[in-house]
Amino acid sequence: MTRPRLATGARLGYDEVRKEHVLLVPEGAVRLNRTAAEVLELCDGQRSVDEIVGALSERYDGADLRDDVRGLVEAMAQKGLVVDAAA
Amino acid sequence: MQQPRPFTLIAELSYRCPLHCPYCSNPVDIGAEKYRRELETEHWIRTFHEGRALGVLQLALSGGEPMLRRDLVELCAASRDAGLYSSLITAGTHFTRERAEALKSAGLDHVQISVQSPNAEENDRIAGNRSFEKKIAAARVAKELDFPLTINCVLHRQNLDRVEEVLDLALDLGAQRLELANTQYYGWAVANQQALMPTWEQLRRAEEAVERFRERVGPKIDVLWVLPDFYEDLPKPCMGGWGRTAIVVAPNGEVLPCQAASTIPGLEFANVREHPLEWIWNESDAFTRFRGTEWMQEPCRSCPLGRQEADFGGCRCQALRLTGDAAATDPVCRFSPHHDRVVAARESAQTDEFVYRAIKRPVRA
Ligand SMILES: C[S@@+](CC[C@H](N)C(=O)[O-])C[C@H]1O[C@@H](n2cnc3c(N)ncnc32)[C@H](O)[C@@H]1O
Ligand code: SF4
Ligand code: SF4
Repeated sequence: MTRPRLATGARLGYDEVRKEHVLLVPEGAVRLNRTAAEVLELCDGQRSVDEIVGALSERYDGADLRDDVRGLVEAMAQKGLVVDAAA
Repeated sequence: MQQPRPFTLIAELSYRCPLHCPYCSNPVDIGAEKYRRELETEHWIRTFHEGRALGVLQLALSGGEPMLRRDLVELCAASRDAGLYSSLITAGTHFTRERAEALKSAGLDHVQISVQSPNAEENDRIAGNRSFEKKIAAARVAKELDFPLTINCVLHRQNLDRVEEVLDLALDLGAQRLELANTQYYGWAVANQQALMPTWEQLRRAEEAVERFRERVGPKIDVLWVLPDFYEDLPKPCMGGWGRTAIVVAPNGEVLPCQAASTIPGLEFANVREHPLEWIWNESDAFTRFRGTEWMQEPCRSCPLGRQEADFGGCRCQALRLTGDAAATDPVCRFSPHHDRVVAARESAQTDEFVYRAIKRPVRA
């Protein structure tokens, strides 16, 4: 995965009623915790995974988030929710 | 008890439609006076916002043919504004590039196009009008505008043997999803049951074709295939359970827990012209009548498998149709004293003649 982006038609949202982040897709919604929502927001097809890790660890006082980000992006890619913009 | 929160709102914008599908799930009295008084734009917009406030995230713009509404662009913009994810459920014949572009910029999220068959001639025969070429053009436009595309095909005995071609067509069109929807028997499908009912052999072969396709093509396209429930012996939770996940608003503003609920005599449907959606969901007769498990009779009441909250006793409309009592256990269930009627319904097909869905009698294609 070089430059991840959301799959066509997937859209991030915040559900005010249930107070949670969601990824909206055709006929469905994937519930997201805050970190996952932040990672997916950075999956814009421009940034590389390393750049996403960099942007996030700046926000979190330099914490090493490499494995978390990679894990999440891989899991979302397996479900077809994230694709590689470079492919 | 904590009320469930709805997830999907099905907005049946109009029952008008240029096609005449003999399996159409719309009510057989679509021509009736009460359906001609369609909701105004403002009613729909208010309903979208009220739906979101209740918890709805997914909006299906359906019908009839939703593209026949002149305010569709406005409704798509309102859906986005309300925070909903919108799907256009269309037969595709009016989905021209110009209109599609307007819908795209208004914020429509997803397009689902139905085909009656992957074969042009058969498609047009089943639809009762010439529409195949327009559907294919519509699918290509949806792709060009970068809409996620779902292809839908309602399956029955007269097209099931072409499942392989349906799969290839969806792949060729670049669909993300393919809904292979085995006919559900309500609306016009009841009148045509004898001409639609497949054989077990047909279903088995179709299922194998789906399996082979999934293996060959992988996750690139999500193929939804569900066996028709008259071949099961435990029911499904119809609509995710009565009054639990879905709200259907008919063209005239009546609010139903499922598309077929209007066939249940004695149920009262509140109208969005007169009541807030929240009251309708929480309090109205139609939504509370079969919600939860309190209303259940035997054998559900003392279900040997404890499945009350798993299937909610199955489909109320099917119970009504096969037993005469909407509060009976769905006869698909092997514990139902009427299960033999489902077994009998498996005896397949006796005619190939269709009765076409029509408001007036259609001109044959
Ligand atoms: C009633 S149609 C309205 C939208 C549009 N006219 C169309 O046909 O795509 C809504 C969806 O239900 C499907 N459908 C219609 N009758 C059905 C039935 N008896 N069983 C299962 N699905 C059905 C259609 O293929 C379509 O995807
Ligand atoms: S299923 Fe066919 S007849 Fe019914 S609304 Fe859709 S296109 Fe029209
Ligand atoms: S008896 Fe009722 S609750 Fe039990 S499996 Fe059958 S339909 Fe479901």
